[in-house]
Amino acid sequence: MNFVGLLFRSSIGRKILMALTGLILIGFVVGHLVGNLQVFQDPDHLNGYAEFLHRLGPLLWVARIGLLVSVVVHIWAATVLTLENQAARGGEPYAIKHTIRATLSSRTMRITGYVVLAFLLYHLAHFTIGAAQPGTFKENLPAYTLQQEYRVAGFPVVDAGATVADVHSMVILGFQNPVVSAFYIIAVGLLSFHLLHGFDSLFQTLGLRSGRWSAGLRGFALLFCIVYFVGNLAIPGAVLLGKLEPRTTAVAAAAAR
Amino acid sequence: MVAENTTQPISLTLRVWRQAGPNEPGAFVEYRSANLNPAMSFLEMLDVVNDELTIKGEEPIAFAHDCREGICGTCSCTINGKPHGPGTGIATCQLYVRSFRDGDVVTVEPFRARAFPVIKDLITDRSAFDKIQAAGGFITARTGSAPDANATPVPKPDADLAMDAASCISCGACVAACKNASAMLFVAAKVSHLGLLPQGQAERDRRVLAMVRTMDELGFGNCTNYYECSAACPKLISHDFIARMNRDYLKAMFRSSLSPESASGAGGGA
Repeated sequence: MNFVGLLFRSSIGRKILMALTGLILIGFVVGHLVGNLQVFQDPDHLNGYAEFLHRLGPLLWVARIGLLVSVVVHIWAATVLTLENQAARGGEPYAIKHTIRATLSSRTMRITGYVVLAFLLYHLAHFTIGAAQPGTFKENLPAYTLQQEYRVAGFPVVDAGATVADVHSMVILGFQNPVVSAFYIIAVGLLSFHLLHGFDSLFQTLGLRSGRWSAGLRGFALLFCIVYFVGNLAIPGAVLLGKLEPRTTAVAAAAAR
Repeated sequence: MVAENTTQPISLTLRVWRQAGPNEPGAFVEYRSANLNPAMSFLEMLDVVNDELTIKGEEPIAFAHDCREGICGTCSCTINGKPHGPGTGIATCQLYVRSFRDGDVVTVEPFRARAFPVIKDLITDRSAFDKIQAAGGFITARTGSAPDANATPVPKPDADLAMDAASCISCGACVAACKNASAMLFVAAKVSHLGLLPQGQAERDRRVLAMVRTMDELGFGNCTNYYECSAACPKLISHDFIARMNRDYLKAMFRSSLSPESASGAGGGA
């Protein structure tokens, strides 16, 4: 069998696909979080960043298709491997089900995966398509004029005075709904829990992990998941606590004063 | 001073899986066993129970056993949900009655895996492991007189690691313990044991590809890194070997599809 055949047909090949697509998706969620933490800065930042991403044009679609392929392959591999695993026990299950040391996060990967998928679909409907909360979707909010140019790595990419979508207000108005925020927090918590096993596992699957540094890797994975969760918790958390306000109400409040 | 649990006789209630044949329905049957010597091994206790059953004219419990000293890998009971029972780094034959408390209910099941069908009661057919082994668990060596002992230098750390992998007794506890009934710890041990040594290099790529392919064909599950296998292993073989096998497999995948090969097939224009 050739390389691609082995990758898609063999047990280890599918696990490698699982690990590589997982790695791509971890890279994405980290970048996505770092980009979104700009919500804590002046609206120029998040709005300029959103405009910059849209101006990437075809490159944005390359990234989107790459991520979509990763998600599809990740779910396909998980489904095929899980069905095989369930069949492998045979007809008669154990009467006594005993776990020696498998972690809770490893045993709940399928459940946390389902929640993350549901969250992903809602998240796209919410902030990308605008189906979840159309009233506060960026296209239905007044446009925003950048006060300062937006720079990426020191290079100006969006000029001052550009009229852009008001993503900053959309995010804050969206999270002012406690039910939406609670779902985000729970889903991102479960995603962090999913990554706790996933992050550790991908090193094992790619053959990079060994007992000599597994405790360090585990510690790093735990730290990574905690930091990732806190970073994600910060955005809806700050909105619910009233620390972040949308520009439209801030402008209205300033005008009223 | 001798601890009390090693001298006082105890009584146990055994819930044993009884199944007359491969395609017969099975069920748990309870046996009350009193006055057991705590120094008996688990298998000796089953012998005592079987003696009593034979005297009563009942069919004795069929269980697999051979060396009874933890090196042959024949005994294979799942005891209270854990292959080879409570304890670490032991086979069923090295488990003693003193590991249980007076009055305990002990559930004894065969190893459960589609690739290990039950033959009778607690005996499973584990010849699937032989098929994996036959697919690549060998080296090509010259026959004839014994070679000079140190003709092929082997670095000590490699020899030690290879011996860790070679301590696998092919009992199947890894498959039985794995929530996915995966054989990856067994295959990893066999692949690594030969792959770590200079004598195993000639077939290294072919070995890992063939053994993994055979493992997949036999209907074992896939590793999801629970690490239950290495915890249940009577030889405590590390799941680090699974990482090593994954790495070997990845390299072999590249080399088997991309490295140049002879055009003539015969080699050297012969």
